[in-house]
Amino acid sequence: MLELSINGEAHSADVTADVPLLWVLRDVLGMTGTKFGCGIAQCGACTVHLDGQPVRSCQLPVGLVGARKITTVEGVGQTPAGAAVQKAWLDLDVIQCGYCQSGQIMSAAALIASTPAPSDADIDAAMAGNICRCGTYVRIREGIKKAAAEHHA
Amino acid sequence: MNAAAPTRRQLLRGMAAGGFVLAVGIAGNRIAVAGDEAHAAAFAPDAFIRIGTDGTTTMIMPQVEMGQGIYTTLAMLIAEELDVDLATVTLAEAPPSDALYGNPIFKVQMTGGSTSVRAYFLPMRKAGAAARAMLVQAAAARWSVDPASCTTEAGQVRHAASGRTIGYGEIASAAARLKPPTDPALKDPKAFRLVGKPHHRLDTPHKVDGSLQYGIDAMPEGVKFATLCASPVLGGKVAQVDDSQAKALPGVRQIIVLDDIVAVVGDHMWAAKQGLDALAITWNDGANAAVSTETLWQGLQAAAAQPGVTAKPGTAVDANAADVISAHYEIPMLAHAPMEPMNCTVHVKPGACELWVGTQVSTMAQRIAAKVLGLAPEAVTVNNHLIGGGFGRRLEVDMVEKAVRVAQKVDGPVKIVWTREEDIQKAMYRSVYGSWMSAKLKDGKPVAFAHKVVGPAVIARFLPPAFTGGIDIDAIDGAAETPYVLPDLTVSYVRHEPVGVQTCFWRGVGPNNNVFSTESFVDLLANKAGKDPLDYRRSLTDPKGRARHVLDLAAEKAGWGTPLPARSGRGICLQFAFGSYLATIAEVAVADDGTVRVQRLVTAVDCGVTVNPDGVISQIQGGHVFGLSAVLHQQITLEKGRVQQSNFHDYRVLRIDEMPQIEVHLVPSAEAPGGIGEPGTVSVQPAVANAVYAATGVQLTRMPIDTTLIARKA
Repeated sequence: MLELSINGEAHSADVTADVPLLWVLRDVLGMTGTKFGCGIAQCGACTVHLDGQPVRSCQLPVGLVGARKITTVEGVGQTPAGAAVQKAWLDLDVIQCGYCQSGQIMSAAALIASTPAPSDADIDAAMAGNICRCGTYVRIREGIKKAAAEHHA
Repeated sequence: MNAAAPTRRQLLRGMAAGGFVLAVGIAGNRIAVAGDEAHAAAFAPDAFIRIGTDGTTTMIMPQVEMGQGIYTTLAMLIAEELDVDLATVTLAEAPPSDALYGNPIFKVQMTGGSTSVRAYFLPMRKAGAAARAMLVQAAAARWSVDPASCTTEAGQVRHAASGRTIGYGEIASAAARLKPPTDPALKDPKAFRLVGKPHHRLDTPHKVDGSLQYGIDAMPEGVKFATLCASPVLGGKVAQVDDSQAKALPGVRQIIVLDDIVAVVGDHMWAAKQGLDALAITWNDGANAAVSTETLWQGLQAAAAQPGVTAKPGTAVDANAADVISAHYEIPMLAHAPMEPMNCTVHVKPGACELWVGTQVSTMAQRIAAKVLGLAPEAVTVNNHLIGGGFGRRLEVDMVEKAVRVAQKVDGPVKIVWTREEDIQKAMYRSVYGSWMSAKLKDGKPVAFAHKVVGPAVIARFLPPAFTGGIDIDAIDGAAETPYVLPDLTVSYVRHEPVGVQTCFWRGVGPNNNVFSTESFVDLLANKAGKDPLDYRRSLTDPKGRARHVLDLAAEKAGWGTPLPARSGRGICLQFAFGSYLATIAEVAVADDGTVRVQRLVTAVDCGVTVNPDGVISQIQGGHVFGLSAVLHQQITLEKGRVQQSNFHDYRVLRIDEMPQIEVHLVPSAEAPGGIGEPGTVSVQPAVANAVYAATGVQLTRMPIDTTLIARKA
């Protein structure tokens, strides 16, 4: 039995240690906000935070999580940076289909938590691992700048 | 199975308590899959509007939301005439019914072809206006006043003279006893409160906190998880399966071998995938084992030698005559790769079946499941979900058919999810297409212009009644109607089905080929005539027309003609497609190794009257990115009948660090609404190709861009 801290709550899962965190979240715990997109860390849809750092949950065996705190899109709104990103995403109507946006929001929240005024280059570096097939990048960039400005105001 | 199971049960209980509520987000409209909302309410004047005695207003959405913003747009149209507060309405996906929810253009329940606003602009307004008229009549009767003396606002009828108001809920039952007016008066557009003004999307609140459930997130109680694979050679069959290792793996529950696919059911997707990987499967390759990409191109070129069916008659142009310019242009095979991989959750029960899926065609999904199971369509319940990217892939129901065949062998509900590799390698595809162009020039201008389109007739399979006289109306779309004044235009069509490939629609459809070829060819003609591409296009357009207006607007905003560095260039696409006029100007820089960096896109759009202008801008921005991925990076290639690409590392999608600046300029218009989901995908491809032509002097005639053709020669 693996013990996990997810969004501030204790969860346990009876799975082998090799199962990627993505599938533990989605299929075992029923937390479907974190998305499956590629399975090889090429798209970023499965991004979650481990102790605030963005990681691709499709590549992270659950046994390696240990005591680190997991934050998913369902809980990121409890963090100031996550709430700022969600608000900017709403204000600017960033989202289209939305399937990649759990991952976009997690990557963006981690960026603005650590970077008060991200430059275009900062945004490119932090977000290039997150694909959006609907092509919402124009608004993702604007959203990050807006969220960062409000978060660090 | 695990100690966290109560969490899932709680989740399901939460869902059950809310009826069919998919998500209650941080704040926002309730969004529901088709359930009781579609049927039961005190006031249900038509297929689209439900008002309860408590005033709760539900709008049934006949078009599925897949990112294009249509839930917001349709709700705006209804609310405009019904006079309800948009912030309080529930949006429910329509249940499958061609009779009630058939797209007025196609007569089947289908979201596609950039038709939603064109098809529903008036029907949604009429539904809202008819319901409003009935509510007003019911209130006026209660008050014994003239209905004409009543007004409506935010879900209330008001009689100003007596200062009385009444909520729609209170008169819902009385209104339900009235006969709906057949031709209700519509608002004067000058009085619009909502239509034409930017409105926040109603689905976003549920998408920023992960609460919105896509088809892939469905969790019916007791669901198991499965993944599958088909033959690596397109069309191959299963010969033999050795499951000795797979069935010993933890979490693997069942191995299902069908004639063309093998599936593994497990406790979770990872177990299922590990099981699938551990199977030793031998395949019978079948007829396509020798098919390669070269086979497809050769087939297309051989077909182009045939005369074709005339779609638009004109004077024949002799391609070999001295004063005739000829060229041909080709576009490659493509996968759709929506971010939500193919999936379908199925529960086969005695004499019934339930599906959880995101589809652009609910009735087709229902019918294919019924066919597999030998049931009547009504025995199949379809829980259609918001879609994590369609792009034409979810106009097909092959994934539903496969999922149902797997689920037939499973006790209880099973969620079948395609791996990304399976999604890209064993799919239905955008076919190769080509256009063979000729023009006879006089004083540099085309006095005769011939366009021969070669490609498959997807329509013949997809919508047989629309395939008449040997013409695929989609395949020629954008060829027969151009933004130009061409005195003598001939369009012909050669149907050519690529060997071994199951073809389907892809965002931008026929115009992807025809606008790319026409706009590339117009640039070639301008070059032969020694004219600037903008001036040349201006000379071919009606000075007072909508095409000229968007062309001039884009040119002005893009700074057409201002100097650029060496190996940089601007290219134009002018198009009329999906009922909308677009001019896109791309600015590119071509590196010495041939790498193309798109730096800026400026697009002017006249799509007629707009409902949600910000939604239009979004669709153009996103459509451009979708097209840029194709023109810069994407091609599905075949070798020995096998798709060579497998995931996003080799089937690349544009990333944020490759993004150009994008500017979109909307032309205010009172013309009939045009489609907007696809035009931006179409226009960016020729605009970039023409910019590369301007930057390098090399016209690229086959997509995607081949950097070796434009690398600086050593």
